[in-house]
Amino acid sequence: MGDYTKPLPHPNEVSQPFWDAAKRHELQIQRCNACGTYIFYPREACSECLAADLIWIPVSGRGQLYSYTIAQAPTHPAFTDDVPYVIAIIELEEGPHITTNLVGCPIEDVTIGMPVVAAFEDVSAEMTLVKFRPE
Amino acid sequence: MSIKGKAAISGFAEMAPQKGAGNITPLGIIANMAREAIADAGLEKSDIDGLLTGWALSDYSVLWPSVVADYLQIRPAYFNQVELGGASAAGMVWRAAAAIEAGMCNTVLCVVGDRRARARQMPPFPSIEAEFDAPYGLIAANPGYALIAQRHKYEYGTTAEQMAKVAVDQRKSACQNPSALFGNKEIDIDDVLNSRMIVDPLHLLEIVSPCTGGGAFIVTSTERAKDGPHNPVVLLGAGEAGGHSSITHARSLTTSLVKPAAEAAFHMAEVSPQDMDFVQPYDCYTITVIVTLEDAGFCEKGEGGRFVADHDLSYAGDFPCNTHGGQLSFGQPGLAGGMSHVIEGARQLMGRGEGRQVKDASIGYVNGNGGIMAEQCSLVLGV
Repeated sequence: MGDYTKPLPHPNEVSQPFWDAAKRHELQIQRCNACGTYIFYPREACSECLAADLIWIPVSGRGQLYSYTIAQAPTHPAFTDDVPYVIAIIELEEGPHITTNLVGCPIEDVTIGMPVVAAFEDVSAEMTLVKFRPE
Repeated sequence: MSIKGKAAISGFAEMAPQKGAGNITPLGIIANMAREAIADAGLEKSDIDGLLTGWALSDYSVLWPSVVADYLQIRPAYFNQVELGGASAAGMVWRAAAAIEAGMCNTVLCVVGDRRARARQMPPFPSIEAEFDAPYGLIAANPGYALIAQRHKYEYGTTAEQMAKVAVDQRKSACQNPSALFGNKEIDIDDVLNSRMIVDPLHLLEIVSPCTGGGAFIVTSTERAKDGPHNPVVLLGAGEAGGHSSITHARSLTTSLVKPAAEAAFHMAEVSPQDMDFVQPYDCYTITVIVTLEDAGFCEKGEGGRFVADHDLSYAGDFPCNTHGGQLSFGQPGLAGGMSHVIEGARQLMGRGEGRQVKDASIGYVNGNGGIMAEQCSLVLGV
């Protein structure tokens, strides 16, 4: 695990709770206390009403595949050994969209709209990425 | 009150794209383009009192407009960097017109140049995308547009053959453009579909090729432009739209910001899409053209695939589209890729299209697109 060479997130004070939750294999996103909107990516103010009153809450981790591409050529040199791999946008049950990789699914079975669930991948001692797999 | 009809493109210059990095810096390209565009407009350097430019990835710094003004030794009364990615050049046209109409300056040099960038020279991308997109390989433009194409296929049944047709027809025009990077040989749909799959569903021949190049144009008041050697290409309408950065957070993958941008441009010009003699829509990928034509109103939403299949998009066809070959065949020399659509629009309207001249062209649509459909600037130009 020490030789992970792909780009890693560099959390900041705003996003740290997201990655801390991922490390516990939990999906947490923010919700606005003022207007109730679910928020992803992590922010300091609500993307709808701009209220600086966001709380972190656990979410189901369920969603559906909104769109995807199968990378047949690496989108970055560090991904060369992964080809072919699926880059996906998931629409979470709670609404927000999240970028991920779809894992645990033969490429020919990938279809838009398929139900998926979060699958956590510990890529280093410090970092866990949030991937998704068919539910 | 609007800027409709107030300003015009009076001259331009364009460097033939080169495949490699070449032996020239972005500032050297910019100087060449400035000299040639000023001469093309029948002006002297001392006539230039406005400057709009855009970044060069291969020489990226803050305060770039001053770097360019210093290099060219011009003293602008109005200057700035337009940072709308591939929409920057289109965005320059109305900004120049607005500055002229506001009395800030009389004649604006709009200029960009770039050298094929090596990865290590690339500036940082937005931190939110570095944190939440890059770890999953959603990096740069290719996968972003593939996500759009895949969803478009799902929602509207757009086919691989329809997308490929864009590249095929534009190549016909490129073969009449001596400057085009890929202008030597026509291609057919099988060539596109047999080219290497890069990010499914996009094949190699549906993806622009980065290269070295540059371009410039001069915007001045329509009145002043009448004193120049060319028929002034008048800005009749402009519209702009934005609202996302990462494509994951766009409001829609398939209905783009082209819609509000184009609506505003046609509204200002008081014309409709059907009045256009040609279109020059930004074409970083084949799917970009299909989405743009739909959202600009040339066909119904979702009908873009059928539309490009049913029309001849070449310069000689019934729907001339990217008559210079588009960036797909012309090449993408940084921001000069987006500028190539503006310059080709002006070239056609001045009647300087040579072997690819659209017959009786008097009005046309130009669209600039930046990022992953994140910045849109639509123009209606006419003579």
